[in-house]
Amino acid sequence: MSAASTAEAPAYVANTKVGRVTDFVDERVGGSGILREFGRKVFPDHWSFMFGEVALYSFVILLLSGTFLTFFFDPSMAETHYTGSYTPLKNVEMSVAYSSSLDISFDVRGGLFMRQVHHWAALLFVASIAVHMLRVFFTGAFRKPRELNWVVGGVLLILAMAAGFTGYSLPDDLLSGNGLRIIDGVIKSIPVIGTYISFFLFGGEFPGTLIIGRLYMLHILLVPALILLMIVLHLFMVVVHKHTQYPGPGRNDGNVVGYPLGPVYAAKAGGFFFIVFGVIALMAGFFTINPIWNYGPYDPSPVSAGTQPDWYIGFVDGALRLMPGVIGNFHFEYVIFGYVLTLNVLLPALVPAGIIFTVLFMYPWIERWITKDNREHHVLDRPRNAPTRTAIGMAGFTWYCVMWAAAGSDLIATHFHVSLNDVTYWLRTLFFIGPILAFVVTKRVALALQRKDREIALHGRETGRIVRLPHGEFIEVHAPLDEYKRYKLVGFESPVPLPAVPNEHGIVTRKENRRAKLSQWFFEDRVAPATPAELEAGHGHHEAVEAGEAQKTLSH
Amino acid sequence: MGNHSDGSPNHSGTVATAGQNEVEKFQDPGIPPHRLRLADTDPKAAKRAERQVAILFGTSVVGTVIFLVAYFAIDLGDDSTIATIRLQNALLGLGTAFAMLGIGTGIVHWAKALMPDHEVSEERHPIRTEDDRQAAVRIVDDIVEETGIKRRPLIRNTLLGAVALAPLPALAVFGDLGPRPDNKLAHTMWAPQEGKLKRLTRDPDGTPIKASDVTIGSAFHVIPEGLNDLHEGKLNEKAKAVVLLMRLDPSSLNPSAGRENWGYNGIVAYSKICTHVGCPVALYEQQTHHLLCPCHQSTFDLTQECKVIFGPASRPLPQLPIAVDNEGYLVATSDFKEPVGPSYWERDEHERSINS
Repeated sequence: MSAASTAEAPAYVANTKVGRVTDFVDERVGGSGILREFGRKVFPDHWSFMFGEVALYSFVILLLSGTFLTFFFDPSMAETHYTGSYTPLKNVEMSVAYSSSLDISFDVRGGLFMRQVHHWAALLFVASIAVHMLRVFFTGAFRKPRELNWVVGGVLLILAMAAGFTGYSLPDDLLSGNGLRIIDGVIKSIPVIGTYISFFLFGGEFPGTLIIGRLYMLHILLVPALILLMIVLHLFMVVVHKHTQYPGPGRNDGNVVGYPLGPVYAAKAGGFFFIVFGVIALMAGFFTINPIWNYGPYDPSPVSAGTQPDWYIGFVDGALRLMPGVIGNFHFEYVIFGYVLTLNVLLPALVPAGIIFTVLFMYPWIERWITKDNREHHVLDRPRNAPTRTAIGMAGFTWYCVMWAAAGSDLIATHFHVSLNDVTYWLRTLFFIGPILAFVVTKRVALALQRKDREIALHGRETGRIVRLPHGEFIEVHAPLDEYKRYKLVGFESPVPLPAVPNEHGIVTRKENRRAKLSQWFFEDRVAPATPAELEAGHGHHEAVEAGEAQKTLSH
Repeated sequence: MGNHSDGSPNHSGTVATAGQNEVEKFQDPGIPPHRLRLADTDPKAAKRAERQVAILFGTSVVGTVIFLVAYFAIDLGDDSTIATIRLQNALLGLGTAFAMLGIGTGIVHWAKALMPDHEVSEERHPIRTEDDRQAAVRIVDDIVEETGIKRRPLIRNTLLGAVALAPLPALAVFGDLGPRPDNKLAHTMWAPQEGKLKRLTRDPDGTPIKASDVTIGSAFHVIPEGLNDLHEGKLNEKAKAVVLLMRLDPSSLNPSAGRENWGYNGIVAYSKICTHVGCPVALYEQQTHHLLCPCHQSTFDLTQECKVIFGPASRPLPQLPIAVDNEGYLVATSDFKEPVGPSYWERDEHERSINS
């Protein structure tokens, strides 16, 4: 024994008990190596990077609160008569699912709180994913090498909406039942297979007795498992790529500037989980969400006015409302070869969502094709420095918002005392011209902001100090920026349009011509960053005009 | 022309304005010098921050206590009132919020005020090196070579065929998710049973309606006689059979050819299921004789046989032919003459078979 051990280096022996346990585990899983790799990994810090964190933490909270709810919820559509403690519904005929949802709300201690935590967290989950994706889009974070992670993010958004909708329908209340009825109507409008899909989904005619159980399985098993899988993929790629960073002094595509994971970043991110949880708990404690006891059990006959779906389904519902069923004498539902094509449902239900998600998924490749930019980007764009992209994003966002607003057209009409029909006509108009207006305005604003940046970089910032010159002229003193602040304003690229390039056969293909035209459209309006030469020239200019004393005031 | 794809700094596109040559860029001044915080220089400030963090953690303990007290001390009892539940819910929320926010803000404050806030820079490494790529290609080549799949197309092709077909059973097992639609959507409970016409009854209690009960301007939510006696599939039948019954001045109705006898003395019955996506068309505007669907605002004009006058629906609401039996009760003389509710692919076929 002694011979063998003396031949090797002396083995490490921990001094404390905790140390010995840690060492035991470490020797078997290689934790030291992992810690060496990640313990001090640098993460850039910016408030806008927190949206993704909010999404992740909401998901954790959803898993925790959802697990609690499954202990009490019964997804059966069997008929029962309510016997719980909510008197207005006593003895009312309802499904077991609805009755157990009421029990969670009224007879399980803390059940209402958990239900509200779950619902608020779900709303926040989808919202934070959406805002996170807007951040990623407008800062160009989807560019190489992160295109695939952008796609994973898009899939997560869809899954989050699916999780939300399947969960929303589970209590089998009147409101969500009408939501399912609408989904059934949309499914039936699908050509050829729609009726079959509807019968397969509901296990027969709507509503049947199976749908809640099926949605329950999707909601608590399949969809969350897929979300978890996508989150793992997403975070794995974040580690591989390392995080992007905003432009600024000392930051470039070859480095990552920020705080080390341990302790600062881990503490901030970890602490933030508790903050998200705390805020959701506050909302759940003080703001009622989805008061199912007010709606009553599902019944195909009644419906209340002014009902809204959860916010993330709103844009589809709004599109359904905006579509006219008849224009003049043209009916959007018509019979073709003896079969019914229900375009007044099919088009609004599928086309806008289809366009939004197709463009969303393809955008990294579209921009890459137009700009021929195949470099890796780790430094983000400030949105103003990519005016056309920012304008495209705002056009899409506006389009979405018009549809979303349309989902509340009746509420707009009743709250502002205007005609419901007029609201719809206006929103129909905005559906078409809103995105165009948004594009033009956003692009102009972005260019104007770039010009402002140039001006500040060249002439300094306004100090608000008014000085009277010897000859009587009043001027506002501009204080020059320090080089760090200036670099933030000038350190960006401003590509020029790329003309069409002949291929290896010396031919300019039609596709290449189209690309060149798009490149022209993408980059023709541009404001170049200020250069040292311009700054130099500017100073000379000032000196000539504001000689002597003024120059003194202008220096620091 | 500037080539933006090569990534070389000389060509990175710093064109000042059109027509001018490329000019040099501002140089990156590097990470700004680090500024010390008050807590870094003043031990008193550091001590103060330390106390603040401790107080925040203390608040969290208070929050946990609030939660436990609210959970155990408030008894919902057998007949919990809304007010008790609301109070408990608010206290549970408040307790959790304090417990969580105390920890969260405490840690973040600790990190911001006391932990080093030096920004550091780390190099990025290529995600894939050319060296790795070549090694990977060699490995894949070796693997493919060792399987011999290129030399043995018979194995490859049979494997592809088998793998392509193997998922089919996985699809087929879902064949029993639901029955075939057949023509179930074409029929409702209103069809006369064994020659007996179904009475129109009130929703939800099921009492029959006399024609004399229906005054001009009134509206009834109607279900077919016998619906409430169903035990299985009651909601399925109700989802197709619900009807709105209204009475207008007979002169304001303009029945088309063949529908003259579908009403009785100005009393007409229309399907309540919207032809758009199936919401109940529950709002009746008495003055204008319009029916409005609250889900998507499709509007139907009762005086024009429920023709669509606004909104996303494309088809009029189906009319239920009604009459009065010898006791004075309203009855449906037949089922709807077309499928009710949202459209579907086979709908026209079903409508033709109903009327043939």
